[in-house]
Order: sequence, then structure tokens, then C-alpha cells
Amino acid sequence: MTDAIRIRIVADQIEQLFQSLIKRDYAIFGPTVRDGAIIYDRIEDTSDLPRGVTDRQEAGKYSLASRPDQALFGYAIGPHSWKKYFHPARVKLFGASTDNGVFRILQEPTPPRQPTALLGVRACELAAIAIQDKVLLDGPYADEIYRDRRKEAFLIAMQCTESADTCFCSSMGTGPAVPVVAADITLTEIADNGNHWFLAEAGTPRGGEVLLELEHQPAGEADCLQVSTAVAAAGLQQKRRLDTTGLREALQDSFDHPHWDEVAKRCLDCANCTMVCPTCFCTDIEDVSDVSGDHAERWRRWDSCFTTSFSYIHGGSVRSSPKARYRQWITHKLSSWVDQFGTSGCVGCGRCITWCPAGIDITEEAQAIRGTVNHGNT
Amino acid sequence: MVPSPWVVRQVSKETPDTFTLVLDPPGGARAKFTPGQFSMLWVGGVGELPISISGDPARPESLTYTVRSVGPATQSLVSRQAGQTVGVRGPYGIGWPIEAATGRDIIVAAGGIGLAPLRPVIYHVLANRADYGRLTILYGARNPRDILFRKELAVWAKQPDTQLLSTVDYGGVAWRGHVGVVTTLFKRLRLQPAKTTAMICGPEIMMRIVARDLIARGVSGEDVYLSMERNMKCAVGLCGHCQWGPHFVCKDGPVFPFSRIASLLDRHEL
Repeated sequence: MTDAIRIRIVADQIEQLFQSLIKRDYAIFGPTVRDGAIIYDRIEDTSDLPRGVTDRQEAGKYSLASRPDQALFGYAIGPHSWKKYFHPARVKLFGASTDNGVFRILQEPTPPRQPTALLGVRACELAAIAIQDKVLLDGPYADEIYRDRRKEAFLIAMQCTESADTCFCSSMGTGPAVPVVAADITLTEIADNGNHWFLAEAGTPRGGEVLLELEHQPAGEADCLQVSTAVAAAGLQQKRRLDTTGLREALQDSFDHPHWDEVAKRCLDCANCTMVCPTCFCTDIEDVSDVSGDHAERWRRWDSCFTTSFSYIHGGSVRSSPKARYRQWITHKLSSWVDQFGTSGCVGCGRCITWCPAGIDITEEAQAIRGTVNHGNT
Repeated sequence: MVPSPWVVRQVSKETPDTFTLVLDPPGGARAKFTPGQFSMLWVGGVGELPISISGDPARPESLTYTVRSVGPATQSLVSRQAGQTVGVRGPYGIGWPIEAATGRDIIVAAGGIGLAPLRPVIYHVLANRADYGRLTILYGARNPRDILFRKELAVWAKQPDTQLLSTVDYGGVAWRGHVGVVTTLFKRLRLQPAKTTAMICGPEIMMRIVARDLIARGVSGEDVYLSMERNMKCAVGLCGHCQWGPHFVCKDGPVFPFSRIASLLDRHEL
């Protein structure tokens, strides 16, 4: 065992991180400003990062604002999650051609995939990736599409020193601190006036190799203390929390709770919450063919339990009412997910709160249900 | 997720809207399955469907499926002709407890097309007659022309230690048999509750009522099995569609013991 690699990098030199990754043939994906939001996309250097920009989030509200400093990662999270890289929104499964009613699967060469490096992965997002690993890799059947994209990915985590108003990772036990082995590299940005630097810690040997190539100073006790204090402050700053004690049972026992009717009056069934959720994994299949019907393709795309077609069987949809669909989503996320995968399906990122056009807040709805069920510790 | 091309050996009409397809695996492979399992059957450009295997588990040279044609995908499936291909994935899922039921009386209770996933159980019990006690087949169809496997039903009725009770919802003038829902056959049932295992497949409401009635007559909820139906896209627990409470019907089922799902069965829109 070697000692943990923990270094201090001046902000101006973080550019070298890009060079080090590019030299290793990684395609780098990270945060960048697009159409009034901070999204994840291919980035080439630090000029693509959202320098001096922060996000303001509330239930149903999101906007960008300038920061007084030059922070490169001075925002919480945007509408995208990293699942779009591992669990693509739309992907072709295969093509087939038919001759005289006999089909043949077309062997299409898959271009070699450039390894990916994800830069700026928040603690809640690492937790979400760990959950999707369980869902899509650990069962009797693994999702090969996910596995191929996930296995080589180089993860560079970014600890939060500020929380958005919609964040509640602290109460979910998923953040804001990143467990050091959860990523190849864990960064923390400190953007004090005139003193802009990163603490960098290696979680894997390959993360350590990259770090040691960068110009750096050893990180002192004071640096580490400053970082841990800033990260802890982000947790204390959080206004929302989700009390998970007994929540699984409370939701199980609340199938006929009158509150579902109340949520259904506000829910628009738009499926935004499931699209922005970093753990929602449901998919649908599209069959397409040419006019002759001789060439067919199957595509997989994200689906949502908020659509009526989701639960359709001959005779009609099982969950035909909006109330049933909202109940399914939140009950799955916070209760039956635990039965299925041994963990909650929620990491407290707050995206579903921000991006709900009706401002429905999962923490409030869960509390409204649990607060009025006579169960467990309540 | 990529289907293999199985060759249609035969498509035969069972009733005005229900057909049985016999499919041969590519390259003369063997086609093993457990009664109660299903496959995903794909017709290029149209769609893919979860269809229970309805053939004899002791004849692994092909797989047999009985399909009711109710929409574009099922219509296109039953319109396949001998020599053409159907895409097959599977077999998938947890089937009927034929091992655990060894030495016990068997009740097979089917409603409509629900007889198809139970036919492999009947084949298995009749082929291994000494391994099981009494076999009772309860079958309900909507009307006489919807009765599936009519000739086989007549043959099964004559097997040793086997009782066949059938009924229809609407009889018509020529029907001389029983009229009423499946549970109205119970008064003719010779039941030894403690040594009975029941396997039920049909519309959800029918399964619920049959299960409750059997339990009311002393059969344990752990010995009553139901085959559930939900929307399925992947059949391997990854697409999320078939979730039913904590269960993925595709991989945790489709066959469940009643005792495990009793609390879910009453939940409308779960």
C-alpha cells in the first residue's frame, strides 16, 4: 500500500488535467453552459467550463447567475445527469433484414469506443451511478449496453462547497462529501479571493498516475481542513431533507392514502422527473421498418412510468389514472426500490423538484404521506 | 436482447381468434423449458410479445405457443407461415412448481387463454402419472366456440385419476355442459386440501376468486400459485415495465405463490 495521493493544484494549472486525460485518449465530458443551463457535454479545455457561473434552483425554477469569483464548478447540478452516457436515451439494439419471411440479424461493425472521462461528478451523482450499477449490472441479466459504457469510464468527482435550495443529499447520506474510493480522482474547488485552488485526491492507482503528472504542491493539514469545513458547510446549508426512517413501510401502507388524489391535481404527467432523475432506468422498445417491411430495426429509448402506455396490457393500462402513476413513481423510488435493490432509489439531488413544471417536491410529498400514516417510528 | 430466428413448423387454428405455433430452434438445438415459462416472440418491424409456452416439456425438439390474436403484433405473429421465421428470446421467468408438487394432488384452474401456460403442467403430470396424486382440471371459457384444445380436453378427461370440469359463461342452445364462472364448478370438486397444490391462470379477477375459494376450502396460500400478466418489454428485469409492487413479474414471476402476493392482488392500479 502506498500513501494516499493528496495534492494541491493552483486553479490556473487545472488545464493540465485535460491534457493528461487527452494524452490517454479519453474523451472528456463535463459541465458547460448551453441555452441558459449548465449541462454535460463533450469539453476540450477549461474554457468550456462554466467559469464564474452559478445556478439558482427552487421548486419548478432554475436560472443561472454570475458569481463574484472565477469558480469553474461553482454551481450545484443541472438538468442532465451522467446516466445519458452509460444508459443512453436512445440506442439501436440491432437491425435485421427479411427475405421470403426469413429474417437475419445484420452484423454491423461497432466502431471502437473512445474511453470516457467524466469531469465534475457530484457526490449524489456517484451515488446514483452506484445505484444504476446495482440495477443494470448486478441482476441475473446484465445490461450490456450499460456495461460496455460504464466499465472503462474515468470518474473525476467534484465535492460540493455550496448546495442549491433543492439539494437534500445530506439527509439521504449520499453527500456532499465524496468517499475517497468512489472515484478515480476527487477534486474540491476553493475559489477564495485571489487564492483559487483545488484539492485533488486519488481514489485509484490510475487516478494517482494522472495526478502526479500535474504541477502541484503537497496538500497541507490546513488545506485539508479548509476543504472538509467547506464541504461540511454545504451540507449544513441544505434547506430540504427527506426523513427516510420507516419511509419504506409508510409508503407500502399508504396505497389508499387520500393524499394521492391531492398530488394528482397538481401533477401534469409530463415525465420530467423521470427524465432528469439520475437513477430512473426504465426503457421502451421501438420497432421500425421500411415501407417494404424487409428491413427492420429495434431501438431502445428511455421510458417513463408517467405515460399511460407504460403499463398497457390487452384491455387497457393497469395505471390509468395520474394518481396511480405518481404513486407508482414515488413508491418505487423510495420504497419498493429498497425491496428490489437493497437501497433507496433517491440520492437527494433535487432535480425532480427543480424540473417539475408544477413544482412538486418529493420531500414534501413523502412527508405528507409518512406524517399521516400510523406506522413505525411516526 | 437479440432474438434468434426460429422456423415456423406449423400454425394451427384453435378457435376463431386463437392459434398455436410450433417453432423449431435454429440448427437443431434443443428447446428446454419449465412449464409456466414464456418466451419473447418478435416479428420484425411489428413488435415483440411475451408468450407462454404451451407445448410438452418432454419434447424439446421444438417450442409451442398458443396466441390469441387481439392486436397488430399478435395478428402478424399468427399470420406467419411454415418455413418463415419468428424471433425468439428466452425462455424466461419462474414457472409452475412441478417439482415441489410431486406426490400431491394437482388442481389446474384455467380461464380462457390461461389454459395455454397450464397445458405443459397437464402433459407433465400425465406423463409422470405415478409421481402425482389426483389431477383436477377446471376450465372456463367465455362461450363454447372459445374452448381451447377441445380434443385434448376429451382425452384428458379419460385419464386415470383425472377429473375434468369445464364451464362457459354463455352457453347457447346447443351447449349441454355447465354454465357459470369457474368457481361454480367447486361443488363438484373432490378436494383433499392439505395435499393439494393449485395452479391458476386466467383473467386476474378469476385467479383472485379461485384462489380465495380454494383457500376458504382449506388449501394453504403457499400451495396456490397464480401466473400474473403485466406489460413486458425486456423480460429480464431491466426495462421496468412489469413492476408490480416490489416484484418484477418477468423475473420474479410470472408464477407466484398466492401467499407472497395476497396483499397486492386487491390493489387496483398498483
